[in-house]
Amino acid sequence: MARPIDIVSLYPKDMNIYGDSGNVLTIERRLALYGYEPRVHAVNQRDPWPDHADVILGGGGQDTGQKKIIDDLYARADTLRALADDGTPMLMICGLYQLFGDYFETVDGARLEGISIIGAHTVGRDVRMIGNLVEHSDDFGDVIGYENHSGQTFLDAGVRPLGTVAHDGMGNNGEDHTEGARVHNVIGTYMHGSLLPKNPAISDFLIRAAVERRYGGFRPESAPAQGEELARIDRVAGRAREAARLRPR
Amino acid sequence: MTTTATGAAPNTPPRRPWCAFATPLLGKTVRWASRVTHHGGSAFPGKVVERVDPTFLRRTLAQLPLGVVLVSGTNGKTTTTRMVAMMLESLGLRVFTNPTGSNFTRGVVSALLNEVTMGGRIDADIAVLELDEAYAVQFVAQVRPQYALLLNVMRDQLDRFGEIDNTARLLARVAEATTRAVVLNREDPRIAALAGLAPVDTRASYFGLSRALRRYFPTDDDMATTVALTAAAPGEPPTTTAHVTPADVMLTAVGDHRAQMVIDGQEYESEVKLEGVYNLYNAAAALAAVRAVQQDLRSPDMIAKAALTLPQPRRDGFVMRAQRFAGADTAQLLDALAQVTPAFGRGEVIDVHGSPTELLLVKNPMGFRLALASFPPDDADTMICINDEYADGRDMSWLWDVDFTSLKAGGVDTVSGVRAWDMALRLAYDDVEVGVVETDLEQAVAAFTARNPGRRKHIYCTYTAMLAVRAYLAKIADVADAGVGK
Repeated sequence: MARPIDIVSLYPKDMNIYGDSGNVLTIERRLALYGYEPRVHAVNQRDPWPDHADVILGGGGQDTGQKKIIDDLYARADTLRALADDGTPMLMICGLYQLFGDYFETVDGARLEGISIIGAHTVGRDVRMIGNLVEHSDDFGDVIGYENHSGQTFLDAGVRPLGTVAHDGMGNNGEDHTEGARVHNVIGTYMHGSLLPKNPAISDFLIRAAVERRYGGFRPESAPAQGEELARIDRVAGRAREAARLRPR
Repeated sequence: MTTTATGAAPNTPPRRPWCAFATPLLGKTVRWASRVTHHGGSAFPGKVVERVDPTFLRRTLAQLPLGVVLVSGTNGKTTTTRMVAMMLESLGLRVFTNPTGSNFTRGVVSALLNEVTMGGRIDADIAVLELDEAYAVQFVAQVRPQYALLLNVMRDQLDRFGEIDNTARLLARVAEATTRAVVLNREDPRIAALAGLAPVDTRASYFGLSRALRRYFPTDDDMATTVALTAAAPGEPPTTTAHVTPADVMLTAVGDHRAQMVIDGQEYESEVKLEGVYNLYNAAAALAAVRAVQQDLRSPDMIAKAALTLPQPRRDGFVMRAQRFAGADTAQLLDALAQVTPAFGRGEVIDVHGSPTELLLVKNPMGFRLALASFPPDDADTMICINDEYADGRDMSWLWDVDFTSLKAGGVDTVSGVRAWDMALRLAYDDVEVGVVETDLEQAVAAFTARNPGRRKHIYCTYTAMLAVRAYLAKIADVADAGVGK
């Protein structure tokens, strides 16, 4: 029996820089290998919201991209907030992570209001934080990726980071050693890479939360070949993680 | 980015430091010393000269009667620079160009040091210079180019340049500094928009694509959409902006080593030695640039005026060359184009153990996509080599912006390079089978080229992987010099 899972790819036209579409592909492929039927809905400005939204994925964008989508994001803010409160898993990278916070103040002092799903604010800076990054997360072990942002994000007191970074000059703001944020099942992070292929633990967390919320429980029905394929993919991901870990920043 | 310019406005006559007479000698000595001692690399003499004689670049290039053609953009710089330089040369001009891989100001200085006489003279009519976007800005702060050929703005090494719109802003500075003509890609909205930024007396001309070909060349904006939307709308061509601007050179059809173009409203067929759809579009760009230079020389006054920059004894020779070039018709231009051979890693074919082995440089998602589209994988073994050194870009995200499903039927024989496992993971998610994952490039290439002798091979490489692969292949096969120019 078909068990569809609806994936929303949020603003793939204007907020998909640095390979964030790899995250959509990862969720899509893994769901299929677990025996679910993934359906990807690309939601750009003014597109209708799908009947179901089981997992929502958003990426980074340029400043111009953020300006292009902001009004549409405000229009969808109530929908997104309700879904987040209800436990819908979401992954927001970079630019959309910033806009999921309270506000983003650009270098020239302009203030862009966010939609306040994550208690955080971001301040634009001239210096970019760029490089390979490994962060340590209690929930997911080591998270491996590549950060590239000039905004400094500060979490409100009590907001959990996704993980912690070892050195100054990395993570949310280069100062407090936090990286990303976790609110309900919403993850915000600066990690590109793409994030999900090399971090199957996060992929499976999002998948499990999506499936449990829709069907009450996570019951993978992989054919033997699919199970083997998944194991093979994860072995390759393990090798890619090890290689990335050893690379200079 | 630090600027090495002196800070003086580029139009004021360059001031020579008192010791400038010795610059060629100094530069050549440093070059000789660094070669003998194997220290410093090819750009090192340029570094020394920039330090002691910061106006050397300006002074030397100011001697060129026809000035500088600056070529920049994300994809196709090297091939297009080579095309423009080789065409101008075969049409009779004396051309100075920077060799492959030295597309930064210091590399240009080093290359100039090779060419100048001890008296600091350079025997060339025009320079065709490839400059990477960030260095192009440094360059125009010192030397205003007469012509700028601006190709495209794509996601490339964003970890170095920041965002695409930033890259477009860098090229805007180039357009603002160009004195005679900007030659622009009509199909790239960020490039086409630069026409409005050139000085009022500077002409703008365009190279473009017929409607039917546009779908092979999505712009960066289209790419983001097509990658993410494949699930939702399979096979739909990306949308492009409507066109009202006529193109001076328009590519209308491509075939096996053939191209059809509409030039100044008339249709032509041309043979080309280069392969791949994207090389043919570069050919259209190069033609448009050559035509822009040619147009300025149509009036005898212009030639006479240009000759005045030269010392008396060299004027007659220049005038003859310039007149010959100005008189070349379109058929002659296309003949010149047909002679151009591929540059380093741009479809170079090397015979290895009887297998035609194609080396394909991939640096960014669009380049990779175009290369995959241009070299069909049927009847060929495929190898992909991914490094992540500074010159390659450290971020692996870009691999996820490339669609590899065209390799699904035949699979990929080998993946290699420092980030071989990232590539293997990318292919795994596109359900493309991989035979061997071997991070050691030399071992991997040795085994790959030894398999299936006689069968065509495609090796896709990032920049530093390409250097390593070529160096290894040079040991076992005949690898031609693929530097730009001579």
